[in-house]
Amino acid sequence: MAHQSSYVPKTGFTRWLDQRLPIIRLVNDSFVTYPTPRNLNFWYVFGGILAVMLVVQIVSGIVLSMHYVPNADLAFGSVEQRIMREVNYGWLLRYIHANGASMFFLAVYVHIFRGLYYGSYKAPREILWILGVFIYLLMMATAFFGYVLPWGQMSFWGATVITSLFSAIDQVIPNLGTAITHWLWGDFAVGDATLNRFFSLHYLLPFVIAGVVGLHIWALHVPGNNNPLGIDVKGPQDTVPFHPFYTVKDGFYMVLFFIVFLGFVFYAPNFFGNPDNYIQANPLVTPPDIVPEWYLLPFYAMLRAIPSKLIGVLVLVGSLLTLLVVPWLDTSKVRSCRFRPLMKQLFWVFVADCLLLGYVGSQTADAAWHFGEAELPLVWLARLGTLYYFGFFWVLMPWIGKKEVTRPLPESIAQSVLAKGGH
Amino acid sequence: MGPAHKSAGRLKIYAASCRNPLHNRLSILAFSSYGPRYFIAGARLATTDEDTTLANATSPEPTRRDFLYIATGAAATVGVGLAAWPFVDQMNPTSAVLAMASIEVDVSAIRPGQQVIFKWRGHPLFVRRRTAKEVAEARAVPPSDLPDGLARNANLTDTAPATDANRTIKPEWLVVVGVCTHLGCTPTVSTPQSPQGSYGGWLCHCHGSEYDTAGRIRKGPAPQNLAVPPYAFTGPTKIKIG
Repeated sequence: MAHQSSYVPKTGFTRWLDQRLPIIRLVNDSFVTYPTPRNLNFWYVFGGILAVMLVVQIVSGIVLSMHYVPNADLAFGSVEQRIMREVNYGWLLRYIHANGASMFFLAVYVHIFRGLYYGSYKAPREILWILGVFIYLLMMATAFFGYVLPWGQMSFWGATVITSLFSAIDQVIPNLGTAITHWLWGDFAVGDATLNRFFSLHYLLPFVIAGVVGLHIWALHVPGNNNPLGIDVKGPQDTVPFHPFYTVKDGFYMVLFFIVFLGFVFYAPNFFGNPDNYIQANPLVTPPDIVPEWYLLPFYAMLRAIPSKLIGVLVLVGSLLTLLVVPWLDTSKVRSCRFRPLMKQLFWVFVADCLLLGYVGSQTADAAWHFGEAELPLVWLARLGTLYYFGFFWVLMPWIGKKEVTRPLPESIAQSVLAKGGH
Repeated sequence: MGPAHKSAGRLKIYAASCRNPLHNRLSILAFSSYGPRYFIAGARLATTDEDTTLANATSPEPTRRDFLYIATGAAATVGVGLAAWPFVDQMNPTSAVLAMASIEVDVSAIRPGQQVIFKWRGHPLFVRRRTAKEVAEARAVPPSDLPDGLARNANLTDTAPATDANRTIKPEWLVVVGVCTHLGCTPTVSTPQSPQGSYGGWLCHCHGSEYDTAGRIRKGPAPQNLAVPPYAFTGPTKIKIG
């Protein structure tokens, strides 16, 4: 795309096609000869894994939709009876799809943290990063709609809690929030109409994701990959062609990733699930503890950390929208944390902070840690964690970027690699 | 130069691209009263082509193409705007849902201190027969101490204060929608045998909101008192809700 095309059609047909629709040229330039920094490490394999997981989810989802019934009276039975017990290999397809969602998020979190660590959001890759944030938000929406479909207790009450976030608008413009929730539900409460539209949207959004992924790859291929050194590619000596070097590397780790993925599918298919979702939705009884899926827990903890409804919802939304402006919050001239001794430590504190928030989000609202006589309510940990989450982006990133004394950058990727005895 | 300059540029492009002789035979319609002034100024600059569909120095009028451009754009904008509304409004509750919006219940079997849950508009509806002690506790609280000072009673005005009297029609019977005003969970009822929260009413387990024996929010993230639906006694122990 951004580099000179080296494709030469060899047969009469490919020459003919190349003048009419240069699609082989596009594939060749994007995934075969595409010059890639020669020093990409393990953490760069997750982009390819994510692309494959999107295909896995779309294919398994399409076949599941052939057996699923989006109706409040029939949905639970169509999943637990028909798909799980009657459809040939239905149990396998369902477990692939459910665990695939968790694996998708696992990979996307590694991918996002990788981008943060190596400064992949910095110029000239801001649009690439923002498109990635859009994909992440679309993934969360898709996963949320999908989780509602089996119509279990967690499906129902998760849908109620998340859609009720909009009722916080009532505190700014009275009754507008309630009107929006009724509009989203198509009823006065989550019900049949809600289930139908969520099914429709759950089918639609993955294709929207696929479209944004196309833009994401386009925006990647214009400036080219960032790399662990965070310095620009200076010439052909710094790159290798994508194929076979990274097709093999990505493929190898994809196999390892699938071993983990299928390990869950076959040996612990309900590891990420919640037992309450094996009880059919009951609009009159809320389960004792509402817990979202694990990949949403840090944000759920931040929502619960705030004793005010409106501010809690604003914090939740703000924590996600903050990601969009990260390219401009980081003031450092150096991309990679390898050369940013202070930022490197703050980054790992941030990773720990996200894990801590995830843990707190998984506990009950009134949980506490006991130290002998003393007790620490977990809500205070959540408040501390929320403070660091926002402080990391809005205070530390702009401030440290200006103050920090960075380590000297290597002359070039090639020099750095060859100095270590690589080849 | 501003808009006039831009407009001139566009008209030149039109002039260069229009080679349909039919246009030349059609007379120019004068639409000088339509469109902003800069079209005229812009037209005056576009004199490099013989195409008579375009204005030139001798006819400082906007062209038919300018008119069509604005008219088509306006029609498209209005059309999209009008077409959008049915696509938005189809999401709202259907007429069938609205038709099912009221129920009538018999509460004679409910004993003092007991709560029964009915289903109304897809939500739980709490009907609680309060004991004299519970009523007295609710009455002892001055409304100024409450996080939400409004009655939230659909049978009263919006500004009615949240006194206990304003929360019920008959003090013994508390009728509220069983939806936590925080994020919509169903709060758990508090009884002397199984207290929930510190205020004797309800506790919402999702995020820890506590309600008193009049269904008023006392502690936690919920912003409002439990809603009192529109209802009326149709008999001594018969209630029509909605």
